[in-house]
Amino acid sequence: MAKFQSLKEAVAENLRDGDTVAFEGFTHLIPHAAAHEAIRQGIKDLTLIRMTPDIIYDQMIGMGLAKKVVFSYAGNPGVGLLRRMRDAIENGWPRAIETEEHSHAAMANAYEAGAAGLPCAIFRGYRGAGLREVNPNIRSVTCPFTGEELAAVPAHRPDVAFIHAQKANRRGDVLIEGIVGVQKEAVLASKRSVVTVEEIVDDFDDLHPNLCILPHWTVTSIVEVPGGAHPSYTHGYYDRDNAAYLEWDRVSADRDLFTAWMKENVLDAGPEIFAARVKEL
Amino acid sequence: MTSVSDFTPNEMMTIAAARALSNDDVCFVGIGAPSAACNVARLTHAPDITLIYESGTIGTAPNVLPLSIGDGELCETAVTTVSVPEMFRYWLQGGRISIGFLGAAQLDRFGNINTTVIGDYHKPKVRLPGGGGAPEIATSCRQVFITMKQATRGMVEKIDFYTSFGHGEGGNHRERLGIPTKGPTLLITDLAIWKPDPETKEFTVVSMHRGVTKDMVQDTCGWKVRFSGQLEETPPPSELELTTLRELQARTERAHGGKKGKQDA
Repeated sequence: MAKFQSLKEAVAENLRDGDTVAFEGFTHLIPHAAAHEAIRQGIKDLTLIRMTPDIIYDQMIGMGLAKKVVFSYAGNPGVGLLRRMRDAIENGWPRAIETEEHSHAAMANAYEAGAAGLPCAIFRGYRGAGLREVNPNIRSVTCPFTGEELAAVPAHRPDVAFIHAQKANRRGDVLIEGIVGVQKEAVLASKRSVVTVEEIVDDFDDLHPNLCILPHWTVTSIVEVPGGAHPSYTHGYYDRDNAAYLEWDRVSADRDLFTAWMKENVLDAGPEIFAARVKEL
Repeated sequence: MTSVSDFTPNEMMTIAAARALSNDDVCFVGIGAPSAACNVARLTHAPDITLIYESGTIGTAPNVLPLSIGDGELCETAVTTVSVPEMFRYWLQGGRISIGFLGAAQLDRFGNINTTVIGDYHKPKVRLPGGGGAPEIATSCRQVFITMKQATRGMVEKIDFYTSFGHGEGGNHRERLGIPTKGPTLLITDLAIWKPDPETKEFTVVSMHRGVTKDMVQDTCGWKVRFSGQLEETPPPSELELTTLRELQARTERAHGGKKGKQDA
């Protein structure tokens, strides 16, 4: 049953040292405010799952929260490389991290398998791909009916998923619209889930019946954080802050600049600043 | 069509790539140069082309080029938007895409692409973003077009990592791996148009853009280039093509606050 909490309480109750966690969002609805709270609480030794680790995982890796990253595309979307993640992989700063790399198809299938309660995902993929040689979790199975060889990867079963959404109602049902990504699957695959929302409304009576709704009993915790996806965007609320993505390329290029930026904008800040950041967008 | 004489190699690349697309195509669009080409095609000779971005947006018609594959405008202008698992399972794996349009960091003569690492995978010299959707785009789309600017560090004798499989070691390598789709059938660069040899599958230059010499193509390519016996000249951009591309880029620049990110083509 969904609890309405502060972001501080929701992260403290649901995210623990050593957890496997997915902060999901596919360009749209990326849970930046929740990731910043995890950084402030200094949670350690996390295994981070994400199709497209971008700025938030760059920040979490750079602040030393991660021991492993499971991913399929590690870039600053539309801008370039993830410099903090590269520094961890190439130079072990601030600590060495393990990586487990997949394709998007494999990651999406692994979340869906997790949501479906299956131990693995089966799909037609990785043919001729180099990742088969370097990732022992990419295996194959033979179709018992046709004999076709198919790729298999373990299902994602995170301890906890964090997502950002447009709205929750007073009962705790969650609405997601626009580019819905893999968030529904990530929540249903996880043992616990925290959803930050732009606003809490009385009910969903006037909405289209097929908007992506997570019933309140599938969600552990709901937190109202207006602007909580910034510099990503929330469809219907504010646009993507492209300048912030470009700025991150500069900030993340230097360890000292990064550390100072994180202190000022994350460690010494709180979730309430997100609303101001999206005012002009 | 009246042609114009004043255009850049990048503009020629984007326009030549756009011409390869038709109204009936269902195209899985990579970000960067492929995105510009696909939208020029839609705004000129192929208004009914279906453009799909891996964020789940199907039949999208953006007014400006997206900075990322998940920009809001892609969803707002799409016929429908589906979840990412659905995109990869029903639409890509289901065999509904006619053309996958990819860019490349490193490419070899058989159309194999590396966007994963430079150097050894476990001790990389440079860690690149990785494959994203490309490994399955390369094998599930009926055919694959590739577009990139020529440079010896991009077009190499041997790629460091097989992010996505083209024709492997050439010949019938795809068939031997049980891959039923055609793979790379076209490479469009800023200097030339290349097609795979029907037997060996090695990319062969079939057309050079106006003002380009064989030496220019060879000097910017890391393998010994083969030229077709019937080498043609790529028709230069028409007035309409060039105006469409330039207006699209100007709108994009204004929309993204004067900064174009990586979609400059």
